[in-house]
Amino acid sequence: MNRRESIKAIGLTTVGTGILLESCTQEDSNKAGKATEPTSKKLPGVQDFEHVRNTRLSSEQFFTDHEMATITVLSDIIIPKDDFSESASAAGVPAFIEFMVKDIPDYKLPMRGGLKWLDVQCLKRYNKVFVDCDEKEQLNMVDEIAYPLKARPEMQQGVAFFNLMRSLTASGFFTSEIGVKDIGYVGNRPGPWDGVPEDVLSQYGFTGNE
Amino acid sequence: MKHFEIQEQDQVYDAIIVGSGAGGGMAGYVLANAGLKVLMLEAGPFFDPAKDALQLRWPWESPRRGASTVRPFGDFDAAYGGWQLEGEPYSTVDGTDFQWFRARMLGGRTNHWGRISLRMGQDDFKPTDGVTDEWPITYEEVKPFYDKVDRLIGIYGTVEGLPNEPDGIFLKPPKPRLNELFIKRGAKKAGVTVIPGRGSVLTEALPGMKGRGTCFYCGQCGRSCKVYGDFSSSSCLVIPAIKTNNLKVIDNAMVREVLTNEEGLATGVSYVNTVDLKEYSVRGKLVILGASACESARLLLNSKSKAHPGGLGNSSGLVGKYLHDSTGSSMSGFIPDLMERKRYNEDGTGSVHIYSPWWLDNKKLSFPRGYHIEYGGGLHMPSYGFLDWVPSVNGQVPDKNGNKKEQGGYGVSLKNDYRRFYGANVGMAGRGTALAHKHNYCEIDPGKVDKFGIPVLRFHYKWGKEEVAQAKHMQETFQSIMHEMGAIITSPTYGPETSYGLEAPGKIIHEGGTARMGNDPKTSVLNKWCQSHDCKNLFVVDAAPFVQQGDKNLTWTILALSMRTAEHILEQRSKLNI
Repeated sequence: MNRRESIKAIGLTTVGTGILLESCTQEDSNKAGKATEPTSKKLPGVQDFEHVRNTRLSSEQFFTDHEMATITVLSDIIIPKDDFSESASAAGVPAFIEFMVKDIPDYKLPMRGGLKWLDVQCLKRYNKVFVDCDEKEQLNMVDEIAYPLKARPEMQQGVAFFNLMRSLTASGFFTSEIGVKDIGYVGNRPGPWDGVPEDVLSQYGFTGNE
Repeated sequence: MKHFEIQEQDQVYDAIIVGSGAGGGMAGYVLANAGLKVLMLEAGPFFDPAKDALQLRWPWESPRRGASTVRPFGDFDAAYGGWQLEGEPYSTVDGTDFQWFRARMLGGRTNHWGRISLRMGQDDFKPTDGVTDEWPITYEEVKPFYDKVDRLIGIYGTVEGLPNEPDGIFLKPPKPRLNELFIKRGAKKAGVTVIPGRGSVLTEALPGMKGRGTCFYCGQCGRSCKVYGDFSSSSCLVIPAIKTNNLKVIDNAMVREVLTNEEGLATGVSYVNTVDLKEYSVRGKLVILGASACESARLLLNSKSKAHPGGLGNSSGLVGKYLHDSTGSSMSGFIPDLMERKRYNEDGTGSVHIYSPWWLDNKKLSFPRGYHIEYGGGLHMPSYGFLDWVPSVNGQVPDKNGNKKEQGGYGVSLKNDYRRFYGANVGMAGRGTALAHKHNYCEIDPGKVDKFGIPVLRFHYKWGKEEVAQAKHMQETFQSIMHEMGAIITSPTYGPETSYGLEAPGKIIHEGGTARMGNDPKTSVLNKWCQSHDCKNLFVVDAAPFVQQGDKNLTWTILALSMRTAEHILEQRSKLNI
């Protein structure tokens, strides 16, 4: 089998590669906002126990409505909408975080406790919980915990929480359909590999004979 | 109704093979193609990459976005199993460590491996270091089988003529990616050799091979390949062998014991079906173990009889001894020059495009033998955690206007940082010779069984000063390469407190040596044909026969030796009564 036949064997023609790309783009707009594929769908090759586990975790709820609201606001502060793409919440990040803390239970306590820590800090400062603060107040609070090297010692628990929240948000966003498109990953499709493109080689001072 | 009934089969197979990975698969392929009636038992389920690979799936098709919560190498990786299996424990002696990776599936670990395919060299079989033991065979004796494996399975690479790094029969290698060009440039300045990678991926059609597709460069060999464009034992050996109608596979069959008769010859095996938990025994004229080095040792030690009171083939007391993995230590960083790089598809192959074979003379070093370096990084498919490093380094590189920002952050500025740094990362990992010592071993834990009632293994493994010295050397080399290519290191600085980042034994998944071959039955378990000294119709074809592996990943040698053993069996058919 040559490469053309290889590609046929996985249900694509070389012409079809273009169609695949288009259909992905279309799906983008249809599925925007969904955290993940519905876990009720079992992919071939996924083991039974894995599917059972995924389904069970998806059906459980860990965070309260208030916690989810706080996670939503925070995730959009970390990754807001900009000129190129949507925000974290539009890409389904809060639902992804809800799944991940059940998948990795070690995250449950630092997330729940961190969210509470944040509310207590805001109550002390503004007499309101985080989500009820206005945008300026919220950002002032976040500024205290978003910069590990300059955060004050009494903010270190908040820094630890924000580090985790930031990692989960970035993971959730940049692995969503919106995020993969945003970061500019253009692989995961059949194609040739003939080395680094000419213009890129010359940009970095390579000749192509390395 | 009886509570425990063993269902016996009447058919006597020419050979029974335990395990379907590289060793078992190759033996099955050769024997079935020669017309022998072969039964293969696999502890896990049937697995066909054409149907079961999670190749070309997107990160959002996993609810955990490919995180490694369930499968150690992430949700899309092909291996069913890992370092821990539910209901199949193992133990370690206090103060020692060993991590045992098991893949329970047709094809075993070959479904997900890195396809880095290296021959051991003259000095690996007959060491000149004065420390490590020699094999009873030479490179010249194994070379014809390496050649045949190259032709049968396919491997890319380049003829280099380097010492102790034998060339093969190569398909064209993939060209380097951009970050690999930076690595080559840096490594050259650091005095480290870099050559094109050697991987069992069909970068072009393999002459005479039907039924396998060529690589279409998705970079996902670890998920196994739907068009059979890379080597898995399932796709390239076992499934083709089934088509001869001479090989029968029983999956979900966990072997308990090798059965022997009064004279001590093997007569078959007993196994439990892992799904319905029924007990079976099957008969064969030959028994060939390819269950993986430690699983085969376990099986031998659990097969006690009057003729073999210390375990089958264990009159030397050496079954389980000389266990050795590869050493491993790694470093990661990023190349500021590569920030804001142009996007294009550089998935390439799922094996290595470049690598560094061991390049030094040991005379001035504090450890024998050496290591090779594998490299990574670039514009890979997003998956869980892939940008975690960015907020901890975004304060280190000034923007276009020369302004440095505060590390961490949030908002549009952070979102831009993820985009700027994506694809600028680079990683390197050393894989080196760990010494095979008698005092590193696995044995039967006297007090524990698994969920099938089979006694489990207990490990006793400690790194020596040579392995630690090697890891130190790796870290120093990596630092120097990183420096020469202008990279900033993001991984922790590993000093003596972590043995220089030396991974726990077993983590590199290259374990071997537990039934080593040799000419003297007192100092070895198998003869040079991987045949038991004590039981002439018993063979072991995984990495258990290895006397001492080099720094070369062991799959290609497992394949060559298993083919050699299978051909020997065919030549000796009359003597072996098959």
